[in-house]
Amino acid sequence: MTLDTAAPAPEANASGAGRRRSFKPRYPAWLALPSLAYQIFFFLGAMSILVVFSFATQTGFNEITYGFSLEQYKAVLDPTYLGIFVRTLAMAAGGTLLTVIIGYPVAYWMARYLGDKKLIALLLIIVPFWTSFLIRTYALKIILDSNGFVGQTLHLDLMYSAWAVGIGLVYNYLPLFILPVFSSLERMDWTLIEAANDLSAKPFSAFRQVTLPLTLPGFVTGALLVFIPMTGEYVVPAILGGGKYVFIGNVIGDAFNSAQNPPFGSALAISLMLALSIFVALYILVATKEERFGS
Amino acid sequence: MARNSNRSKTGFSVWAVLVFIFLWLPIAVMVLFAFNQPSASSLASNPGVDPCSLPATQIGNVSVWNGFTTCWFPAALHDPTYIPAIITSAQIAFIAAAVSVVLGLMAALALARMKPRARIPFDILVYLTLVVPEIVIAVASLIFFVQAHNAVPFFPQLGFWTIVLGQIVFNSSLTMLIIRARFVGMGDTLEEAAFDLGAGPLATFRQVTLPRLMPAVFSAFLLSFTFSFDDYVLPAFTNGTTNTWPIVLYSAVRFGITPAVNALATMMLLLTVAAIVITVVIMRRSRGGSTDGVAKNFAALGV
Repeated sequence: MTLDTAAPAPEANASGAGRRRSFKPRYPAWLALPSLAYQIFFFLGAMSILVVFSFATQTGFNEITYGFSLEQYKAVLDPTYLGIFVRTLAMAAGGTLLTVIIGYPVAYWMARYLGDKKLIALLLIIVPFWTSFLIRTYALKIILDSNGFVGQTLHLDLMYSAWAVGIGLVYNYLPLFILPVFSSLERMDWTLIEAANDLSAKPFSAFRQVTLPLTLPGFVTGALLVFIPMTGEYVVPAILGGGKYVFIGNVIGDAFNSAQNPPFGSALAISLMLALSIFVALYILVATKEERFGS
Repeated sequence: MARNSNRSKTGFSVWAVLVFIFLWLPIAVMVLFAFNQPSASSLASNPGVDPCSLPATQIGNVSVWNGFTTCWFPAALHDPTYIPAIITSAQIAFIAAAVSVVLGLMAALALARMKPRARIPFDILVYLTLVVPEIVIAVASLIFFVQAHNAVPFFPQLGFWTIVLGQIVFNSSLTMLIIRARFVGMGDTLEEAAFDLGAGPLATFRQVTLPRLMPAVFSAFLLSFTFSFDDYVLPAFTNGTTNTWPIVLYSAVRFGITPAVNALATMMLLLTVAAIVITVVIMRRSRGGSTDGVAKNFAALGV
């Protein structure tokens, strides 16, 4: 292990710009190699085989013929599966929107008003996260059960509805949005808001013109951290949707488990990634538009 | 103006309290239903039998409140599938987290002060492993592990080790980002001083870099452990015949659950809370009563 001295020798700098560092201690680049090799082998390797499988055909039980067949992708374009794609993306987008509406005020409240009680609020958000999400989803099922409290006293039959799936999604991903938004709000300089108020900005326009642009990176990260896993969600639709609101993730899983058609499942998985990248690219473009024009 | 801002503060507080209730309600329900009896009809048709020894198929509907009992707690601790599954999950999570922290730490040291140009390909790879939906990684890993075992006989069969190998992909990216964020944030003046004073790279690492990185290393390990332990999707596809705790839970939730599951989850929650309280107290003491640093460490868990 050697620390490289990247910049020229000290005496070369001594006379010139005095603030320049004499050298930059660096750990050697090869330290990244094990990790790089691991990701190339296990991640890129697996993804490549997935692509190869998506162009193969199922020719019998546990029998696959490799080739370059677009058959699986044609099957993906079947209206049934397109419908499931649209539902998955729509419900994930709706779930993300709900998470933002519910979570942003909480992050804002914690960062602006809590002072030294922030730790308690953080723990109150993180600790439920440490109970198995399967058990929490099951507990939601008990709450939403048509024979349970909500069903009997409020006469709301939410179980196995799109709302149940939505509640499950928001519930499971809320902390993933609140935490990054909180940490970007926490770094904010609140005197800027006072300045905006002094300059007679209304609270909302102060928020829109000062707080939101300054905390946009945390906002974008949080929304993506929530949206991406929601599109691949597997457990929540299976437990709370009762089979009526399957996501594309469930269809992919079934293609490998019960339907015994890995090539089709692979094509679905690749299509999900394509759809997701288009969606995410559009989102980043729109979300950062204002910022780019502003600067 | 002041009254106005007070009113908005109250509004935010009410909203926040409602959200906290939303977050904790299922936890409260989980704990409450750990004390739930089998249904009345099930008790009537099994007179004289310990109600908590009944299998899931004979206890009736336990999603509604039937009455109070504490017998699920001892029953859960003697269940032949639950405890081994929890131990398996803990072992997998520990190994995956340990390897991920070592890989992530090494990569973070190398990448943090590298020129952006050289770093970008690696960064893209790391972010890809984090943004590809887990179900996609799960089925890709399944195909990959099966093919790898067919091609190279000493590659492990689907089971304990393939779960570990699969989880390290995501977890080592996560640990790298957490540790790197801290490493970049703390600057390199102390490393420079150590080097000036004639410390070799290994000594610099051991005496300067590592101690200062410890909170981040600890956060990264904890977060990685938590993700692995609670992970259902990847193990569900790459487990072979190995049962992890989430896999056991999933089939219980789908095909018949007993309050013993709630009892176990309640005990695990108590352990977690106890561990947190102890950590906070120790950290508070060592920092002379300030919780600010503690808050930051916990905040680091989320980003």
